[in-house]
Amino acid sequence: MLGQDGGKSGDVRPAYQAFRKWLDSQPDMRVARKSEQAENFFRKIGITFNVYGEDEADERLIPFDVVPRVLSGNEWRKLSKGIEQRVKAINAFLHDIYHRQEILRAGRVPASLIANNAAFLPKMMGFDPPGGIYTHIIGTDIVRTGPDEFYVLEDNARTPSGVSYMLENREIMLQMFPELFADIPIREVGDYPSWLRRSLSACAPAACLDRPTVAVLTPGVFNSAYFEHSFLADQMGAELIEGSDLKVVDGRIAMRTTQGYKPVDVIYRRIDDDFLDPLNFNPESMLGVPGIFDVYRAGGVTIANAPGTGIADDKALYSYMPDIVEFYTGERPLLQNVPTWRCSEPDQLAEVLDKLDELVVKEVHGSGGYGMLIGPTASKAEIEEFRAKLKENPEGYIAQPTLALSTVPIFTEQGLAPRHVDFRPFVLMSPNSIDIVPGGLTRVAMNEGSLVVNSSQGGGTKDTWVLDD
Amino acid sequence: MLGKTASGLFWMFRYLERAEATARLLDAGFRIALTRAGSSRSEWESVLTTVGQLQAFRERHGEATSSKVIEFLLTDRDNPSSIICMVKSARDNARGVRIGLTREVWEATNESWMTLDKLLTGKIPEADLPDTLTTIRQQNALVRGATNGTMLRNDGYNFVRLGTFIERADNTARILDVKYYLLLPSISQVGSALDIKQWETILRSVSALRSYQWLHGATVNPRDIAQFLILHEQMPRSLAFCYNKICDNLGYLAKNYDLRTEACEMADRIHLDYLGRSMDKIFDDGLHEYIEGFLAANGRLATQISQDYSFGVTS
Repeated sequence: MLGQDGGKSGDVRPAYQAFRKWLDSQPDMRVARKSEQAENFFRKIGITFNVYGEDEADERLIPFDVVPRVLSGNEWRKLSKGIEQRVKAINAFLHDIYHRQEILRAGRVPASLIANNAAFLPKMMGFDPPGGIYTHIIGTDIVRTGPDEFYVLEDNARTPSGVSYMLENREIMLQMFPELFADIPIREVGDYPSWLRRSLSACAPAACLDRPTVAVLTPGVFNSAYFEHSFLADQMGAELIEGSDLKVVDGRIAMRTTQGYKPVDVIYRRIDDDFLDPLNFNPESMLGVPGIFDVYRAGGVTIANAPGTGIADDKALYSYMPDIVEFYTGERPLLQNVPTWRCSEPDQLAEVLDKLDELVVKEVHGSGGYGMLIGPTASKAEIEEFRAKLKENPEGYIAQPTLALSTVPIFTEQGLAPRHVDFRPFVLMSPNSIDIVPGGLTRVAMNEGSLVVNSSQGGGTKDTWVLDD
Repeated sequence: MLGKTASGLFWMFRYLERAEATARLLDAGFRIALTRAGSSRSEWESVLTTVGQLQAFRERHGEATSSKVIEFLLTDRDNPSSIICMVKSARDNARGVRIGLTREVWEATNESWMTLDKLLTGKIPEADLPDTLTTIRQQNALVRGATNGTMLRNDGYNFVRLGTFIERADNTARILDVKYYLLLPSISQVGSALDIKQWETILRSVSALRSYQWLHGATVNPRDIAQFLILHEQMPRSLAFCYNKICDNLGYLAKNYDLRTEACEMADRIHLDYLGRSMDKIFDDGLHEYIEGFLAANGRLATQISQDYSFGVTS
């Protein structure tokens, strides 16, 4: 069972051997008992999320599994090189798209995909973000199908969430099973908040003359990821601000403090582009700051990630990622892209409609595992429903094969059992370096056979170990 | 620090303080009801008056009985002044100012909410009331202890203390306001058995029976009680103690921010006006008028603090 992570069923993959040995030596019920305590721990620290559409006051826990996901040092080196390459390419792509658009001129990406894309922000044209960085934080979603086969599922270049789970999952493992960390060489993930702060500070705007003031911009306590926003602000020693705390004062963004308005230099925003600035984008937004975009363009504040980065992780562009990586790095992509049918192209659409029951169909603008069809497990009616949707609006969809996702063991009442997982490492980009914390968020489909790992749909999480070997 | 954070800290601790004060009043009221010293109805009504809820209670429940008042002030989730709602308000404020708290304080607050949320569900049998109130006090003590032991003594802590002592002064003054007639010198200095019970109740409702006896022996007399609750600088719920702390904390803020705000001046004036008098003078001027004046001044100071330190519209 422990061998399933990319290996043949039955053998224990080397990375898991030390953990397996420890597990076998545990007295009956100890792990089960600890596993139950984990829930209390998470409730106590308040690491909860709200499910949209349900009672706002309802704070739910994401299930946690005590069996870690383990990556060997070699696997990690390979993976992190691939991610670094991809992230560099994405940043270069964004710079190009918002300047000369060489990649469109070269015909490697169709111009229509950009011009007609809601994620493309024309107002970013010709603007150089501080430090040249667009994507300060990226969470690359990765799945594994074999010992050496890693696929990138999505490049989350807007406001990837989940890093608080990476940190708290490690924290609880340390509390529950400290001996594991003494016996096994597991790399540290706890530096993330200080790296994040350093990385954000390195992108301070021109107007900042002193030590940069960093703040996290949250939509507020009712947002599903509020815990994470407050957690990151707390861990970084940054302010946690809402739009209502801010206004434009003398060409800077200033926050209302107990000593009057004080300028903020770098804003790590956890609200979407559209809501950032009612004067420049969605006029209905109550979450943003009127005029912040003008201050940004004038060099008065840094917004991280930069507005308009959504064009890089748009699902319509996903299938072009191998070309994008090659175009900007001059190298072959180290990580694979999942083969993707572009339903906007008639011959590809025909192919998709022909084998809907084998494919995963995703909305180009969807997220969170909503609005997708998983052919092999879908009912006839669901398939027909999607067939109609596809014919109606082919540009709105892409299709991918169902990958033979690797499984990792989880702890159940009946013992260890295999479940499908994905993996989101967190990448920090600054003018000086690209830093990837050795670890990440492993999401696991808690239901047997399920491929959906999203927390909004019954997914859980587990600690991720990168071995120092 | 953000004005919003200062406001959240201030209100979080006001709610905690008020929840604890309400628990103490329930405890004292329950004792009177048990011992049948005097009318338990009027005792419950004075508890409701002290927390400013008599009107709201009557509209919903009519006559004040032990079980209805206990439910109303303890577990009623539709009454924002019930202990459960105030604990939730404290926790909601804490969640909103998570970055202004240490992990220990946040976890104590959150755990306290979870414990009481579970405990204060459904009707609490009267036999369980003492234990329930003890748990509430203990949970509160955990939050206070974590605050005391782990928080940086910076401006955030000053707002924590200001919220605590503004609220505490308000609570003590309200108890005095409702019971002032029992403390007037015109009432026999000896006191009937009934009076003595009532006086003890006042002391109990500020957790001060023991410390009063420590200072004054077994002789309970109204003048000493009034002095103890108003001017005694070592009694942690006296008006004098609260205002010493308020002035101190506003002073720390003034030093830290290099700015003396109107709130600093106002607090000093209140201190001088109300706590610089002798007990004789207070009685001569009229205890009732004195307390009413104090309550109004304390309320104005809270408003001034929220203005001077930019608490914002949401406070």
